[in-house]
Amino acid sequence: MSNEYTSSEMMTVTAAKALENGMTCFVGIGLPSEAANLARLTHAPDVVLIYESGTLQTKPDVLPLSIGDGELCESALTTVSVPEMFRYWLQGGKIDVGFLGTAQIDRYCNLNTTLIGDYQSPKVRLPGGGGAPEIATCAGEVFITLKHSKRTFVNDVDFITTLGFGRDGKARDGVPNIGRGPTRVITDLCVMKPDPETKELVVVSLHPGVTRDDVIEATGWEIRFADQLETTPTPDARELEVLRDLKARTERKHAGEA
Amino acid sequence: MAEFLSLHDAVARYVEDGATVAMEGFTHLIPFAAGHEVIRQRKRDLTLIRMTPDLVYDQLIGAGCAKKLIFSWGGNPGVGSLHRLRDAVEKGWPHKVEIFEHSHAAMACAFEAGAAGLPLAVLRGYVGSELPSVNHQIKYIECPFTGERLAAVPSVRPDVSLVHAQKADRKGNVLVEGIIGVQKEAILAADKSIVTVEEVVDDLGASPNACVIPGWAIDAIAVAEKGAYPSYAHGYYPRDNRFYKEWDAIARDRDTFQVWIDDNVYNAGGQAQ
Repeated sequence: MSNEYTSSEMMTVTAAKALENGMTCFVGIGLPSEAANLARLTHAPDVVLIYESGTLQTKPDVLPLSIGDGELCESALTTVSVPEMFRYWLQGGKIDVGFLGTAQIDRYCNLNTTLIGDYQSPKVRLPGGGGAPEIATCAGEVFITLKHSKRTFVNDVDFITTLGFGRDGKARDGVPNIGRGPTRVITDLCVMKPDPETKELVVVSLHPGVTRDDVIEATGWEIRFADQLETTPTPDARELEVLRDLKARTERKHAGEA
Repeated sequence: MAEFLSLHDAVARYVEDGATVAMEGFTHLIPFAAGHEVIRQRKRDLTLIRMTPDLVYDQLIGAGCAKKLIFSWGGNPGVGSLHRLRDAVEKGWPHKVEIFEHSHAAMACAFEAGAAGLPLAVLRGYVGSELPSVNHQIKYIECPFTGERLAAVPSVRPDVSLVHAQKADRKGNVLVEGIIGVQKEAILAADKSIVTVEEVVDDLGASPNACVIPGWAIDAIAVAEKGAYPSYAHGYYPRDNRFYKEWDAIARDRDTFQVWIDDNVYNAGGQAQ
């Protein structure tokens, strides 16, 4: 099998590698779900995947189209009510990592999934916060994955739906019982981490073939790069094979449901 | 004690214009048949509550039933936007809908508090989020024991809740299986409740810890076969993902939406085609 891969595959494989075996992960739908299940099917067979629909320790054979697909329930250790999910499991501190996507992100990892424009007369109304506001503050840490573009990486998010580190990078300071917040952002171009002091996102690793200019072009603020800038490891043949199988299975399943 | 009624009669009796109504279902067991009956009876000025308003709320909003929406995630799961909701919020068509927006954690707690008969729910929530700046229902209290600042939201106390479940027995006891969402909380929090079921059976066959809602805690049971379609009923039929995708095109345009509603709701017996 050829080791050629797309930038989307690069993003998913890199995001998957962020999850360690045995972690408990509260999974968002879409890209996070794809990455988390790839992790489970490759290097992290004992990663515990939890979806906000109440499915605890689920092992879906195909990726869910919605957060409440029957597949998630059928392959789960158990399914609890939604209040139990948020109160006992998330707020109760049982989640190591929350894995989120977003529509907009800024330099302090604040996430906007509410709207573009002004709240009272929005240009574009987005679905809203869902589980993210509390996942981001109650989970031990947060991984974020999304495609890199000027539309998504903006200087100021139009609305803070979900806290990264606030508009000044200090919003978690002194708050009791709060998680560490975002610890890495994985895109189709690079991996970023918040600066330990200022909390501003810094590019720590470029994907192979991606230049600094590519990242600068796709970012809505003057993005910083780490002094020791690394190159992200390429996906290996097995990771690509498992990912492609998973996506093909998923496509077949969803196309067949009429 | 639950009374077995036709869906028409249950909605006619318990859903009044201006009522606060919760039709729950966390992407599973979504009460489409009940929602369509509400549309057919042209109920107006409803305050609609739901954590995850999806297609049936899009249809209710587009049909002009809603005055207000209380929610935490409003989208077409896995597909994209709710175009009728967006049209109402962005352009005021068919009329402006006021929105009160929460997070899932807060709404789940608010349903639970409603079921528990409390006036408010308390959670460690909304830290750093700007949602409290646009939703005056989100406030803060200080824990009297530790001094911790916690979020508070009013409990959900609907005038009437409508949910769909797999089955009821002949006494009206209801079994909900699979992803149970906040169905039980929605029923217990409401003043009146209607449960639609796939079928009525002699014996629920429920295990000791199953999610069973006693018939004496429910007002009306109506049989609505495939009443959650195009969402799914665990153990009965799968989600029609194709319809969820098709809805995107139907709902994008006011005219195609109107035609769909005429054909599939106003001029149809009960269920989405």
